[in-house]
Amino acid sequence: MNKIFAQLIVAGTITLLPVLGGSTVSFAAGRDYVSIVGSSTVYPFATVVAEKFGRTSRFKTPKIESTGSGGGMKLFCAGIGVRHPDITNASRRIKASELKMCRDNGVREIVEVKVGYDGIVLANSKKSPAMHISRKELFLALAREVPAPDGTARAVPNPYTTWREINPSLPAVKIEVLGPPPTSGTRDAFVELVMEEGAGAFPWIKALKKKDKNEYKRICRTVREDGAYLEAGENDNLIIQKLEANPSAFGIFGFSFLDQNLDKIQGSFIDGGQPTFDAIADGSYAVSRPLFFYVKKKHVAVIPGLQEFLDEFTSDRAWGPDGYLADRGLIPMPDEERKAYGDAVKNLKTLQNL
Amino acid sequence: MSAPRKTTSELVRRSLARRYRAEKRFRAIGLAAIITSLACLATLFITISSNGYPAFFQTRIQLRVFFAPDLFDAANLSRADYESLVKRSLRNSFPDVSGRNTKRLLYRLVSSGAAYQLRELVVNNPGLIGTTQEVWVPASDEVDMFMKGYVDRTTPESDRLIKDIQLTWIDRLNTDKRLKKVFNTTFFTAGDSRDPELSGIRGAAVGSFYLLLITLLLSFPIGVAAAIYLEEFAGRNRWTDIIEVNINNLAAIPSIVFGLLGLAVFLNFFGMPRSSPLVGGLVMTMMTLPTIIIASRIALQSVPPSIREAALGVGASRMQTVIHHVLPLALPGMLTGTIIGMARALGESAPLLMIGMVAFIADIPGSITDPATALPVQIYLWADSPERAFMERTSAAIMVLLAFLILMNGAAVFLRNRFERRW
Repeated sequence: MNKIFAQLIVAGTITLLPVLGGSTVSFAAGRDYVSIVGSSTVYPFATVVAEKFGRTSRFKTPKIESTGSGGGMKLFCAGIGVRHPDITNASRRIKASELKMCRDNGVREIVEVKVGYDGIVLANSKKSPAMHISRKELFLALAREVPAPDGTARAVPNPYTTWREINPSLPAVKIEVLGPPPTSGTRDAFVELVMEEGAGAFPWIKALKKKDKNEYKRICRTVREDGAYLEAGENDNLIIQKLEANPSAFGIFGFSFLDQNLDKIQGSFIDGGQPTFDAIADGSYAVSRPLFFYVKKKHVAVIPGLQEFLDEFTSDRAWGPDGYLADRGLIPMPDEERKAYGDAVKNLKTLQNL
Repeated sequence: MSAPRKTTSELVRRSLARRYRAEKRFRAIGLAAIITSLACLATLFITISSNGYPAFFQTRIQLRVFFAPDLFDAANLSRADYESLVKRSLRNSFPDVSGRNTKRLLYRLVSSGAAYQLRELVVNNPGLIGTTQEVWVPASDEVDMFMKGYVDRTTPESDRLIKDIQLTWIDRLNTDKRLKKVFNTTFFTAGDSRDPELSGIRGAAVGSFYLLLITLLLSFPIGVAAAIYLEEFAGRNRWTDIIEVNINNLAAIPSIVFGLLGLAVFLNFFGMPRSSPLVGGLVMTMMTLPTIIIASRIALQSVPPSIREAALGVGASRMQTVIHHVLPLALPGMLTGTIIGMARALGESAPLLMIGMVAFIADIPGSITDPATALPVQIYLWADSPERAFMERTSAAIMVLLAFLILMNGAAVFLRNRFERRW
């Protein structure tokens, strides 16, 4: 009995191996689907387009990996050819160093496409009142080193523990902010759009930008590490659950998560603007950033469906003011800008310099 | 003279009560440990099932669809504008709706999957054109969430995804019996989707299947052969000692390291396709091999030497001894180890991140070189999606994964009980 059992297993293994061998031969050939990598912020929008495209065209659904903006650039710039991705999504513009890396690896012709805007919100539970705060106050609350409270032009370790210590009109609760880790594009954008802007309210820090760039960056861009700012990972749903459980905490994430959870959380007013779809679109809510994707021009003629995918993404029914991406929380570009980027895609205008 | 010495039986009698108490305490602690772990397990199962169970049902809306001939081009039925067909049908059901924004709210009652469903109907049966049909189409995730009781009518309208006017339409559909909850077959037949109501786990399940198939076909023969050689043929010297230490070491290495190795070797050096179950299976093979080798060696060790000696004594060669006598007796133990290794591979997602299997892949993979995800990856991706309806789908996917794990571990126990021999 046991012997038969053993022989069966050996026989099964041997007969199945060639089946596998047969199908592995094909992988050196082409690729019949579009391969996309990049930002986890663009991911929810790019996947919607990919799915629509896959269902309504004769091509396969593009494959989209969520690697983060920086990780995406690395993969994207690794070279030309079917082994490398065709498109990378980014929640910030490509950096000069990344452009150089691309060029060094033979990726010379890149088409830059801005897809729209995304608001970054500071939100808390509905059980607490909404907060009205300025970017300067946010900088004071979250930077590792802040200007000395006595008004002299020097940086001291952040002494603030409650919001009220910064401004008497703010609530007397402990500063507790849950936000993304340094690898995240959302974090980069928050530091640039909120903290750096807020630090600019101090003239001596602003003057530092010309004198000592490194010192300037260190003061503006370093988030405090004494527990007031908690790195909560890349999962925004988790941050929302934690906010619900802890009404005195605040969270930092993209607008689409606020949009889907309006019954549980509310966005704080930043410099007087409330994070709503319309306010982000018309610029009265200041903390918003552009989202991009980058395409390899040389791949367009080679990968089946890539051109058609670009057409779908840049069609008005996708990224227009009434398109299905707006339904998902992407803030559309103004008409002129949209047309400019639409034309860039049609003519495959390559990015020369930043 | 010292005090009269106590006899042994006296000593025993005195300590007896204390020893009984100690025994009782010890048992109680053991029982408490079991009860605690069972309670944790039960909490996990209960929360996951109560969160995930509603995902097995899906709200559908009955639409009266007039397949107007002017919308269709007989030569190309699949390219017709099915979205406007759905919109038209909705407008006909609610003729009093006017205004652009109100109409947009109306269109958001049904899923974008309704258009795909109508397209399939027409392509399969062109005779429908010109007729009027009652069709049950999937409702949007927002309506579905409302029907499942996740939306509170009393919250202010601005904070709800379902607006007041949509509530009146839903109530009307409800009284007309045009809304019903049905078993969610889509969840088991579809691949991933960004619309919760159209998403399913079939793609991830097939991906996991291919991945495990490759892992099994590679790691089982290699692992068993390695174990047999080390245990039955190799001598005991410094080399085998080094190998043994290394195998034990490998078994304890965090899985993400195997992902990095896979990225460097299979993707960058051999140029195998990114995101494919082939590479995933190879990585998992490296990860499960040490487990299988260790389990197989223990199984071989537990076969009594008398079996080997008897076989050699009647003139069998060493290979015959191993293949005819030792291996069949050790096989149940080897299989148990293999299945447990496979179960670990099924639940693993960290190494897959490095080789590109954490991705949005809507098409169901057809071969081991197609891009694919795996079950744990699908859970991770859904948990990170903004749409609320993905929460219950996350739990439902966890339930499916747990079911597979229970099945595999159950098989391991069954095999052990059925075929194992004790001496």
